Amino acid sequence: MTLQEGAAIVDVLDSPPAKNRRSLRGTGKIGDILLRVVAGLVLLYIFIPIFVIVLFSFNKPAGKFNYTWQGFTLDNWADPFKYPALAEALKLSIQVAALSTAIAVVLGTLLAIALVRQRFRGNKAVDTFLVLPLTAPEVVMGASLLTLFLDLGWATGFTTILIAHVAFEISFVAMTVRARVRGFDWTLEDASMDLGASPARTFFKVTLPLIVPGIVAAAMLSFALSLDDFIVTYFVSGSTVTYPLYVNAATKAAVPPQIDVLATAILVISLILLAVGTLYRRKRLVV
Amino acid sequence: MIFPALAYLAIFFVVPFWSLFKTSLSTMGGSIFLPQLTFAWDFSNYGHALVTYQDQILRSLLYAFTATVVSLLISYPLAYVIAFKSGRYKNLLLGLVVLPFFVTFLVRTLAWKTILADDGIVVHTLSAVGVLPPDGRLLSTSWAVIGGLIYNSMTFMILPLFVSLEKIDPRLLEASKDLYSSSFRAFRKVIFPLSIPGVLAGSLLVFIPAMGDFINADYLGSTQTTMIGNVIQKQFLIVKDYPGAAALSFLLMAMILAGVLSYTRALGTEDLV
Repeated sequence: MTLQEGAAIVDVLDSPPAKNRRSLRGTGKIGDILLRVVAGLVLLYIFIPIFVIVLFSFNKPAGKFNYTWQGFTLDNWADPFKYPALAEALKLSIQVAALSTAIAVVLGTLLAIALVRQRFRGNKAVDTFLVLPLTAPEVVMGASLLTLFLDLGWATGFTTILIAHVAFEISFVAMTVRARVRGFDWTLEDASMDLGASPARTFFKVTLPLIVPGIVAAAMLSFALSLDDFIVTYFVSGSTVTYPLYVNAATKAAVPPQIDVLATAILVISLILLAVGTLYRRKRLVV
Repeated sequence: MIFPALAYLAIFFVVPFWSLFKTSLSTMGGSIFLPQLTFAWDFSNYGHALVTYQDQILRSLLYAFTATVVSLLISYPLAYVIAFKSGRYKNLLLGLVVLPFFVTFLVRTLAWKTILADDGIVVHTLSAVGVLPPDGRLLSTSWAVIGGLIYNSMTFMILPLFVSLEKIDPRLLEASKDLYSSSFRAFRKVIFPLSIPGVLAGSLLVFIPAMGDFINADYLGSTQTTMIGNVIQKQFLIVKDYPGAAALSFLLMAMILAGVLSYTRALGTEDLV
């Protein structure tokens, strides 16, 4: 997921769903069919590469590059971590994603709550400031961070990757949490305190349960952004290799089918998480 | 409560731009292994970057512009169908649009390399029909790069379009029908104007990353299709010409800013978010 994809998702989260919308009619029958056909074709276009990735994860490549179809095999799936460097890279990416998400969620959530609850001077300016990281192309963001680290004389590696990821995640976390907690009835907190709860108890019993769904959504988005980031990471990684960096290096030397296997596996795991999340929300009827 | 996050962004988002700016005006000495940057108000870096990389600059503008327009044209029908005609399948369709997010961007682009390969099925089919250019290749052409840019950015065109279309009250459309407007006229006079915020947001989300992209040009293109991003990446990380690359980065930002401002002005809205 690239930063702009994240922005598009935040955009959807930020808009309230329309209520019980019935389908529109009357574009004229032929126009209607034509429209649906075009939409179907566009959807198909979106899916072609995904089919190819899943298909090629079962390929038995002849040479070093898994680019042409040779024959069906389950070997790749039987041994997804055949290449230790790929496994290491994936492990490192997951570490970076988890750590950076943890930091960004704390900083971003505090910011979001402050923005929703308190009207202060400069509120609007903070809003604009939050959007700025989305308007800079990633290549410039990566380059600017690299010049900072050069200025400071810091060696690039795990820490600088972590710093960079937190930097682009904060905005997403803050905007996602804000989108979800906007419109909550904050007087519930006053009610809790009036009934004798301590501020800490109020926070854990009232505030936190209200904002948790927003935080979970933000954390998932942030994790996905970090796991997939290539461009910014490329600039600040030094000799450290994350999963996307491994994939990029592979395109120059050898593309094993395990890349497609892991991509498919990540896709399936995300879908399961998403499905579980949706079911859980339906059950609890929260947000 | 806002202080920690804002301080973090100030240090690791704003200050880096200052460093980049300083670098862009510096002169470089020393060796490639130990470059010495000296700040010198050296504006020649900009002129030099502009002249040396004019091809890449023009190409980036052309590619990003084409990708944005085509992306808008093919995303609109899908967003329209999801917003107005999908009924109870709406969430399912939205889910399908978002699904490719979960496959690494690089792997998706690699898949296109497989699809467009010289001995791939698309090239075979097209050459059988006889609609392929003389050299018979799809890969390494401008169109492959633009196609990659479109593909990798379509979801962020579709989602904002969907959001703005979904907000439109269907009764407005019924009203325009009652007043004897044709379907096309209703679209032109009612739906499209109301969807402009989505058109704007989607276009920016496509144009900005397309201008700075170097993956698509790297994987799907050739040396004849390099973009600004390729140059910045190469000058920074391989050639280590930091001042030149920094100057080019600022030129890129300036072009994006100019593009965004003129575009928002043309569409007549100041709402960037």
